[in-house]
Amino acid sequence: MIKVDYRDPKKIMTLSRLGSFHQSKLSFLRSFIREFKNWKFDRNSFELNNEGYGSAVYSVNNGERTYSLVCFANELNADERSDRVIATKWDAAFVLHDGIPTQSDLNRLKENVPKQEVGRVSYKELTLSRANKSVRIFDHVIEKLSQGLQPDHRLVIDVGYLYRTTAVYGSGKFGLADRYRIKDRPEICGPFRLEMMLVYLVRQFTFDQVNHIAKCKNPQKAVELSHDIARNLGIGNSTGLGMAPFIVNHPTLLHNWIFSREEALKQIREIKKVNVDDFEYFKSCLERSEKNINSWKTNSEYQNEKIEKLKSDLNNLKKNFFSELDTKQDYLWNVIYSWIEENLSDEGVEYIVSMMMEPYDSIIEPLVANMSSDEDQYFDIPAEKTVSDLLSIIESHYSKFLDINFDDKESVANFWFISKNKEEPRVANRYEEGGSHLEQPLAIARDIAELYKRLKKSPQSNTVGEFLLLNQEVRHVVRRCFIVENFPYSEIQDNTIDKNLIPIDMLRLKLSFFGAQKFDPRSDKWLRINMYQGAPLIHELKSSDDTWMYNLA
Amino acid sequence: MRTSSEIETISKRASRAAGFTWGISEEIGKCVRLLELYKISGLENLNDYLKKIKNKDPKGLQKVEKENRLEEGNFCPIFTGVALLDASHKVMELKKLSITSLDFPILLIPFLNRVSYKIGKMIEIKFDDIEILLNLNNYISSNTDLRKKILKSTKQLTINVIENQDTFDSKVWDSLYKLSTETFVDESESYHHY
Repeated sequence: MIKVDYRDPKKIMTLSRLGSFHQSKLSFLRSFIREFKNWKFDRNSFELNNEGYGSAVYSVNNGERTYSLVCFANELNADERSDRVIATKWDAAFVLHDGIPTQSDLNRLKENVPKQEVGRVSYKELTLSRANKSVRIFDHVIEKLSQGLQPDHRLVIDVGYLYRTTAVYGSGKFGLADRYRIKDRPEICGPFRLEMMLVYLVRQFTFDQVNHIAKCKNPQKAVELSHDIARNLGIGNSTGLGMAPFIVNHPTLLHNWIFSREEALKQIREIKKVNVDDFEYFKSCLERSEKNINSWKTNSEYQNEKIEKLKSDLNNLKKNFFSELDTKQDYLWNVIYSWIEENLSDEGVEYIVSMMMEPYDSIIEPLVANMSSDEDQYFDIPAEKTVSDLLSIIESHYSKFLDINFDDKESVANFWFISKNKEEPRVANRYEEGGSHLEQPLAIARDIAELYKRLKKSPQSNTVGEFLLLNQEVRHVVRRCFIVENFPYSEIQDNTIDKNLIPIDMLRLKLSFFGAQKFDPRSDKWLRINMYQGAPLIHELKSSDDTWMYNLA
Repeated sequence: MRTSSEIETISKRASRAAGFTWGISEEIGKCVRLLELYKISGLENLNDYLKKIKNKDPKGLQKVEKENRLEEGNFCPIFTGVALLDASHKVMELKKLSITSLDFPILLIPFLNRVSYKIGKMIEIKFDDIEILLNLNNYISSNTDLRKKILKSTKQLTINVIENQDTFDSKVWDSLYKLSTETFVDESESYHHY
């Protein structure tokens, strides 16, 4: 039996590689649907007026616990609608409540949820979100349905959603329950599972709302949105830089996500005899998924180049390599992996890695359970270790950072800060914008290099505690060194303040683990995505299979 | 009600704004969160302390000794807490330590609670008339209600590492052991031994 090594973090954890990740069986949308399949769903109340404004409550129950989505749809003038973080009003606001809300809860939520960041929710609430209608299709869909017709199929699928969320908050923000209160619930053990639940239920609300408005508009003629069209609609999401520092600030969580992917790949490459059915299943998923690539539209030159590379990679694979493959060959997956690593771009390699997971429920499912992290466990610095120990860790895990010249202005061109207006992370050019003295501790490469310099000047036998007494400025990265020693995929192996930083690579990494598709960068700092496009509708969940994202019409 | 996550974040950011480094501010965030989880006024003590040190240069221990005192002024509970945390092994070795003149001693409690966890021993601290027992970062017990307590300083604080000791004598153990053996079954010769 061959023993495959884990892929080298120094190669995998670069931003260009992480920014080429795609959804996979490990993604949170997909693991959520697998968990959610047999839950009981109810629409507890639906009190919208003829124009679709009002409130609604949906609940889901797994036999032991109930979660409820509370929706508030508000009237909004066109000039008030904005996806930007400075917005204070949205077409709809949502909260996921723990249990079934009482009337008093509903009154409280009605006062607070539409206000989002300036409102206040309680420990009984788990996630909070807001969304705007798609100007391109919302009215069109209602108009057609009210005339007894289905909307323009192509247009609707091209846009891909009726509503677009601009934020989904969880874990203690604005009064929401702290993670520690709920972390031991088995049904939500995967990361972001409650956020995934909220978005899935919001999707159902958007269908119910358009059907309701169309019916009110023309009770005699109106028809409901066809299931085929609805299934091809997801929920859009505009995501800005707020998400980028998350992966720097949660190193053990990042490791657990990437390590699960690496572990899956390793186990798959170590399969000696690949079952014919499994190989055919892989090929069929690959073929079906190409529809998603071909319908992936963006105005971003950066993304279009990546899409073209991906298309050409897949052609190359099919034309020049597929015919040589035979399941009689030992370690077929390893043969494939070696070839793609040699011949394809980062986009192509990571796409095929995701596809290779498709046939292997038995490998993937146990890994999903390990994708959260109890981060407090790894917070303490083992200060009894020596300066020499710390130097070895840096030389072995951060050698790349030691080669960067941080005296070069371009290497430190950017700085991360928290915007005063919205209390959200942002990035700016240090030489063009003020405020770099308030920089956030996200320049890990620069600070590790500084730590290394200081350690080199210290007595090697000193303890880390003794070193820190005089060097508290680098304490935040000392902590990271001891984390990366045990969690090798916890650190981005790139300089996150370099002039050439492309922040959307950081967003794409996170969103690929969410299970988002069709990344559409609107600048180098924010992008739009679609979640649940192609996902089974609620009444279809029980009989759905796990490859729903390849079912796009 | 503010969540633990909000308390940690605001404590961290405010401490950074007051001049502590990011690494120390992270420690403060965690410690204030811990105090608040135990219903001890961490946030208010921190707020008052950060006001007190505005434009000043707070001092911590430069070395952990049996007796620790500054020539002038009071020790900073944060720098002192971090120094003790980073020298947990030394705290265990010294067993008994004293700190003369310390600002806002309540802010030192969570650091020592973490020391207790790291060394695997209970720690008793005493200042003024207050006695506090820290148990491996699992619980804090005190002879005084600390819920609304804001203490600006103390003249003397002592730290006592308590050796792990049974709370019962051998007679009690033997008696209970005897009872527990009543769950055992006699093994016959016919059983195979593996």
